[in-house]
Amino acid sequence: MLDDFLVRAALAGAGTAAATGPLGAFVVWRRMAYFGDATAHAAILGVAVALASGLPVMAGTLLVALAMAATVSGLAGRGWAMDTTLGVLAHSALAAGVVAVSFLPGVRVDLTALLFGDILAVSAGDLAVIWTGALAVLALLAWRWSALVTATLDADLAHAAGIDPDRERLVLTLALAVTVAVALKVIGALLIAAMLIVPAAAARAVAQSPEGMALLAAVIGAGAALAGLALSWRLDTPAGPSVIVCAAAAFVLSLAAGRLRRG
Amino acid sequence: MTAPRLIEARGLTVRRGAATVLDGVDFRIAAGEIVTVVGPNGSGKSTLLRALLGIQPLAAGSVTRRPGLRVGYVPQKLAVDRTMPLTARRLLSLPRRLSATQTAAALARVGLPAGVADRQVADLSGGQLQRVLLARALAGGPEILVLDEPTQGLDQTGKAAFYRLIEDIRRETGCAVLMVSHELHVVMAASDRVVCLNGHVCCEGAPQVVSAAPEYRALFGPGTQGSLALYRHVHDHAHDDAHDHAHGPAQDRPRRAEADGGSGCAAAGARTDA
Ligand SMILES: Nc1ncnc2c1ncn2[C@@H]1O[C@H](COP(=O)(O)OP(=O)(O)OP(=O)(O)O)[C@@H](O)[C@H]1O
Ligand SMILES: [Mg+2]
Repeated sequence: MLDDFLVRAALAGAGTAAATGPLGAFVVWRRMAYFGDATAHAAILGVAVALASGLPVMAGTLLVALAMAATVSGLAGRGWAMDTTLGVLAHSALAAGVVAVSFLPGVRVDLTALLFGDILAVSAGDLAVIWTGALAVLALLAWRWSALVTATLDADLAHAAGIDPDRERLVLTLALAVTVAVALKVIGALLIAAMLIVPAAAARAVAQSPEGMALLAAVIGAGAALAGLALSWRLDTPAGPSVIVCAAAAFVLSLAAGRLRRG
Repeated sequence: MTAPRLIEARGLTVRRGAATVLDGVDFRIAAGEIVTVVGPNGSGKSTLLRALLGIQPLAAGSVTRRPGLRVGYVPQKLAVDRTMPLTARRLLSLPRRLSATQTAAALARVGLPAGVADRQVADLSGGQLQRVLLARALAGGPEILVLDEPTQGLDQTGKAAFYRLIEDIRRETGCAVLMVSHELHVVMAASDRVVCLNGHVCCEGAPQVVSAAPEYRALFGPGTQGSLALYRHVHDHAHDDAHDHAHGPAQDRPRRAEADGGSGCAAAGARTDA
């Protein structure tokens, strides 16, 4: 069954959505959109580093994404003007990554695949990595769930209940880096942040609880991945943008559904 | 005071940027005590509570909390972001999950109808949210309640019921209460000890002692004395000695209360209780 590239692509999309859905909910609640962008863009630099040094691509991506996520998180903790700082970091990381990739001698890197994803080219090995990463992220979030939600709601409230908000932020930073590494092949660096935000925003319109929103975001993300895959296959459109177009359609639909229900 | 200390601070100093918000505050609260912190806006009341809970880093001094102390905290304000769908029921279960029965009991205790449980927190009125937060603080079986202006937004009956509830809870569970309040006349009736704060401890001690202290009057004026007198049926002379009195953390201060039951206010002891 895994021999069929379409099945592999579908499973890759579902695996990615399983991680980006719940994590995306936190990105929305904590207004970390730019944070996601900076980390995702850094992943391209990670690919270049990996190819230049002979590291596995996944390891390079993960390391550089983690370094970027930790940098941003550390700056945020020190009260930097986040909007501008993150903007500078996110865009510089993207530019530097693309420049670095173009410098690599003798390696032909498919820049389009890096930027927009190449879900139809997912190998069985990629699939194993994607699902391992996604399950790791899910396990991490499930383990820390109550503390994460409390710390997201109010740092003081969390503190008084014996939860360290800084530690929970670190958990999210780690989860974000792993998710970026997992989603790079499927969605591409440019739109990973969209895959975090759009399904979660769609889920918000109809969800009644934090858990409901996280779960629904995963389901909507998986649906969008499958629909986007079909679109990409039929019309030969780039995979990542096709998935996000479908997620955006889900967002519009759920807004309408939310309006209807509230009357 | 023989009851065990729950929280104790020595020389607690907090800086925000260049400003010294709290300067050398000594504080302690024992099991079962009701202590109220009063002081003008910006005098560092919320900062003191946050420092005592370990939320606010100290520039100097120390805070010791009894290990494993169960705290029920109601912050001065909680901004629930609309991006997070959150019912009152779910908020009550953060971070420790309550059963449906416990949830219903917690809401009933603070005078909220059961229907509130399934409303979105962002849709609650200010007073309703305040009650839900109090219910949450109580539901954890706290050994100390730390309440920052807990009656803000409550209606008159709500406020009266709130102070009765606090007394009841203390009686039933022996829970200590540390709160900030601006309702001076009620504070004076309902507290074991009052701490008057303005960047430093101006004076502290039993309500009658504090309300007569010149430091207290310099901050709140003699007017509050009138309503207090009515409330407490205490007869007192109106002193016109609310003289200039340097207050504020950065300034020299004439006198500071020792943390031993209000002796620092003894200068005001020209009066005795009837
Ligand atoms: N986040 C902050 N950053 C910088 N300064 C702050 C911050 N929060 C409070 N302060 C300053 O600390 C001082 C004490 O503030 P605090 O909130 O403790 O006062 P308060 O006594 O609780 O006042 P209120 O009665 O208005 O609640 C004020 O001068 C305030 O400007
Ligand atoms: Mg305050």
